[in-house]
Amino acid sequence: MAATAAPSTTRTELPALPQVLAHEVDPEPRGWRSWVMTTDHKRIGIMYLVTTFVFFLMGGVEALLIRLQLGAPENTLLSPQTYNALFTMHGTTMVFLFVVPIFAGFGNYFLPLMIGARDMAFPKLNALSYWLLLAGGLVFYASMFFSPPEAGWTMYPPLSAEDFSETGGVDAWIFLIHLTGLSSLVGAINFYATIANMRAPGMGWGRLPLFVWTLLVYAVLLILALPVVAAAVTMLLTDRHFGTNFFDQNQGGDPLLYQHLFWFFGHPEVYIMILPGFGIISEVLPVFSRKPIFGYKAIAAATAVIAFLSLIVWAHHMFTTPSPAIVLVFFMLSSFLIAIPTGVKVFNWIATLWRGTVEYRTPLLFACAFVAVFVAGGVTGVILAIFPVDWQLHDTYFVIAHFHYTLVGGAIFSIFAGIYYWFPKMTGRMLGEGLGKWSCAIMFVGFNITFAIQHTIGLEGMPRRIYEYQDLGNLGLYNLISTVGSFIFGLGILLTIINVVKSVKGGTTAGPDPWKGNTLEWFTTSPPPVNNFDSIPRIRSVEPMKDIRRQVERGTPAVHQPAEAAPEHSVVA
Amino acid sequence: MTIIPAALRTPARILVVVAALAAVLLLPQAAFADFFTPEDGGSPNADSIDTLYKIVFAMAMAVLAGVWIALAYSMIKFRARRGAVPAQIRGNTRLEIGWTVGAALILVVLSVVTFVMLDDIRNAPESDRTGVDLQRVGQPTGVPDTESVPPSGRSLLIQVRGKQYVWQYTHADDDENILNDPFSYEELVVPVDTTVTLEIKAQDVVHSWWIPELGGKMDAVPGHTNWTWFKIPGKHAGRTFRGQCAELCGRNHANMLAHVRAVTPEEYEAYIERKGREIEQANDEAARQRKRIESEESR
Ligand SMILES: [Cu+2]
Repeated sequence: MAATAAPSTTRTELPALPQVLAHEVDPEPRGWRSWVMTTDHKRIGIMYLVTTFVFFLMGGVEALLIRLQLGAPENTLLSPQTYNALFTMHGTTMVFLFVVPIFAGFGNYFLPLMIGARDMAFPKLNALSYWLLLAGGLVFYASMFFSPPEAGWTMYPPLSAEDFSETGGVDAWIFLIHLTGLSSLVGAINFYATIANMRAPGMGWGRLPLFVWTLLVYAVLLILALPVVAAAVTMLLTDRHFGTNFFDQNQGGDPLLYQHLFWFFGHPEVYIMILPGFGIISEVLPVFSRKPIFGYKAIAAATAVIAFLSLIVWAHHMFTTPSPAIVLVFFMLSSFLIAIPTGVKVFNWIATLWRGTVEYRTPLLFACAFVAVFVAGGVTGVILAIFPVDWQLHDTYFVIAHFHYTLVGGAIFSIFAGIYYWFPKMTGRMLGEGLGKWSCAIMFVGFNITFAIQHTIGLEGMPRRIYEYQDLGNLGLYNLISTVGSFIFGLGILLTIINVVKSVKGGTTAGPDPWKGNTLEWFTTSPPPVNNFDSIPRIRSVEPMKDIRRQVERGTPAVHQPAEAAPEHSVVA
Repeated sequence: MTIIPAALRTPARILVVVAALAAVLLLPQAAFADFFTPEDGGSPNADSIDTLYKIVFAMAMAVLAGVWIALAYSMIKFRARRGAVPAQIRGNTRLEIGWTVGAALILVVLSVVTFVMLDDIRNAPESDRTGVDLQRVGQPTGVPDTESVPPSGRSLLIQVRGKQYVWQYTHADDDENILNDPFSYEELVVPVDTTVTLEIKAQDVVHSWWIPELGGKMDAVPGHTNWTWFKIPGKHAGRTFRGQCAELCGRNHANMLAHVRAVTPEEYEAYIERKGREIEQANDEAARQRKRIESEESR
């Protein structure tokens, strides 16, 4: 391929300018078959993003139904059976079909671009991970037409055992865990291999974009944690149908074994769902404050430390089970420790804004909303880590509020920051700023109305996963506030959907580098050609695009282009 | 500085201001409900958890406020303006070590506070003199090995059993026969001023025992025994404390309620005596029936 042609030979007046030469040599494949058969990481990435977003909307509708039911005390809108199925599907969908795979979607699209690679290391495996994900989602949602599972996304036996859940819903869930787990494993190996082997010349570990760092750690955590849950649900499956008794206390098994296995996976899973979000924030903040990220090494190191610690905190989900004191104390202290690297990240992000020139573009606003919300989830996390306090708060709406602050803060706000930040790269069009800002503001307000009050609902004594409650104290009022908030939150999300639909064809043209980004994905056209890059520059820092802009500025004294604008004129073919 | 007009420039900020106003309007509501803290008042362990929570909550709010203010300040103060030049700082080792150590110190303080409070929460105290006379209500001898029993080994032992979707309470007595032990469903009657030790088990799926005002919850896990305790002060005689199963246990999980009615020791003795008599009568009746059926069959 002509991709290696040195850019300096043809236009001597513009040395070191990036040029796209082989672009459009191969005709762009078209039609639905080009999507089904594709192994192009960008198309797979888009399929990931669209599919997971559809699942997000389904999970969101489930959440709104749950809130409708709880909007009034002793409501009879939903039957207990339907209600239990809804929260089981909501949790499962958001974790396994939305947050984890949407980061795989961003990773698919942007990992090769950010490290200057042509594609992922194993393009066919990459396609396989997408199709496994879709299959997992379809298998699970097919159970809706028969008998959806009702035992919660954690699926604790004996409730999920055959005696108490005889229908196939639990089996559909197990199948989903296997299929999406395989999908994530294959994807994780692919990410790892790509990052390890396909970085641009000069991109050492100290120059890896922070989003790629988090993807690397995300991949490692998936590889470490997923086999454990795969084992746990396989044991559940054989208990249910093939006569084993791993979790049957009457036959020498133990229901607590399942809880330990599940949470050994489940806690790393929490960080699997948050770390890539941290990565997005670490990319967005420096770009829009026009400053380098503060403490690059500390942020990268904190990511790795969080990942390690996340493997040794699992039993803080089990503080109310019969456990020896030493177990309670150990898991309290290990959970405390996670607050340190997390705090380091938050301080570094704020320090990145400090003395910058902060531009209030939508991705930046979502990133700041993320920091504000996530910190609230972080401090309630520390409160919950204190096991005697957890004895009061465990399994109540306080916990629901806590993990929605971390997951909606940590995942959804960062995902939306990513959508607004990278949409121009993926489509060549900008998302509308006005709609974007309204969406961010309404989501932020709606989110806080929905979940802040849930701390109090939990403190008042309302357990989670109950389909009705008596109007003791102010529970009815508080739940109504939460329900109203959830619809405001939904409205905010709807605005972004409208924005996407409007902008995908009608948005203003983005050009290759609309934000004056720092990383390599902005070095190519928007959307990038099939081969991504024709020439890969040598990487000299964590901000290769800044270097390129400076180089262009220095190399073209006669033209006197503003440094930031130069690549736009030169890269577009 | 023209912060106020600037603060109302974007829709985001208008909404933040509206939300803040709403929060201020809600606060009076909050003042008389236990808005920011767990339920307490029914037992010393619940009170200790409440105290611990308040300390931790104050620290957490201070940290949260600090971070929010720093974030908001950075966003507003360093907003891009004409002619402003971003400082190209890549880090500051001293500062970074400083806040790492700072975060660690906060956690050390938290750990110390927790360990100081822990004994009061975990370890059951002795019953008061005014509590029920355990001999007179026929308590079993033999002390289970748990912090939920006071050092003297003397507390009122209740067996709590979770099953879909009801709690069963058995007031074990000192004879071998378990069929004549007084028991009840949903409502547990206990004497005030007396340390009550709960032995929690499950018969089918996992449940979780929880009466918020009487302290933390404990899971009932099939195949395991869990323990907790409470001790209701005398002033609460006649009060009923409400709670419900806190671990998903099936479709009617929401209806698996638990009530604890506190009575005076005298009332409790009478209650146990009456329950015991009822059970004896029922057992006698069953024995008579069995005999009649047997004699009919042998005929
Ligand atoms: Cu239950």
